[in-house]
Amino acid sequence: MADQATFAEQAMPYMDNLYGAALRMTRNQSDAEDLVQETFLKAYRGFGGFQEGTNLKAWLYRILTNTYINIYRSKKRRPDETDLAEVEDLYLYRRLGGLEGATAGRSAEDELLELFTEAEVKDAIEALPEGFRLAVLLADVEGFAYKEIAEILDIPIGTVMSRLHRGRKALQKELYGFAVARGLADPATEDQSEPANAG
Amino acid sequence: MDHGDCSDTLHELYHFLDGELTAEKRVQIQQHLEGCPPCFEAFDFEAEIKQYIAQKCRDRMPDELRARIADAIGHAGPEGAQA
Repeated sequence: MADQATFAEQAMPYMDNLYGAALRMTRNQSDAEDLVQETFLKAYRGFGGFQEGTNLKAWLYRILTNTYINIYRSKKRRPDETDLAEVEDLYLYRRLGGLEGATAGRSAEDELLELFTEAEVKDAIEALPEGFRLAVLLADVEGFAYKEIAEILDIPIGTVMSRLHRGRKALQKELYGFAVARGLADPATEDQSEPANAG
Repeated sequence: MDHGDCSDTLHELYHFLDGELTAEKRVQIQQHLEGCPPCFEAFDFEAEIKQYIAQKCRDRMPDELRARIADAIGHAGPEGAQA
């Protein structure tokens, strides 16, 4: 049993993370604010049921995710998960990997920093269909383990891995589109997709 | 370099980057990467992207919302009663 009096102290450090995740989920600041507030209130009320010593961050994300699904999914068109086109493995690397070392003394990371803005990275995540978006968000932004993501989203681990695999490739394709749109990458290579390994 | 090793290694790329491999499998992959620059480059690139995405998605909760939540929790009462 967790002591409710310590809730603020224990949960507040995750506020910024939960707010960022809420923004990516709702894609709207006003909805994100409502979602985070509702999540913290639910978490506070339910904190007595939280097992002290278990993963508080995962527990909070589970409440966030359930609240999001309950409030927002019904309101909006449910994205068709099978809609996501197959994208080849290492999509960006095959197109941009060559930039690495093209400028002496620059690391691959410096090159990427120039290619994609913060807004583009956020937009690329937000463009993913919901199931893929949540999996990528929880793994790549929040650093949850597959098992934790499976528990947060209440789906099997195999589904987590498959959504991550496909979601990450779709995200890379989206990012590449931004680079092409700004004339930073060659559009000729944009559509060389080939059947990828099923993920 | 053995191409079978390369495709097996690339197949484990995300499991490796996500820290989801057994210690034994992890060592196998590391050994392959040490001797295979093309695989190493691909792993390095994907690791950078993963890190970059995390870095670019840091948001700070607005102070008004922070205050609103603290206030709401304060009013919810110690036993979680509705305000």
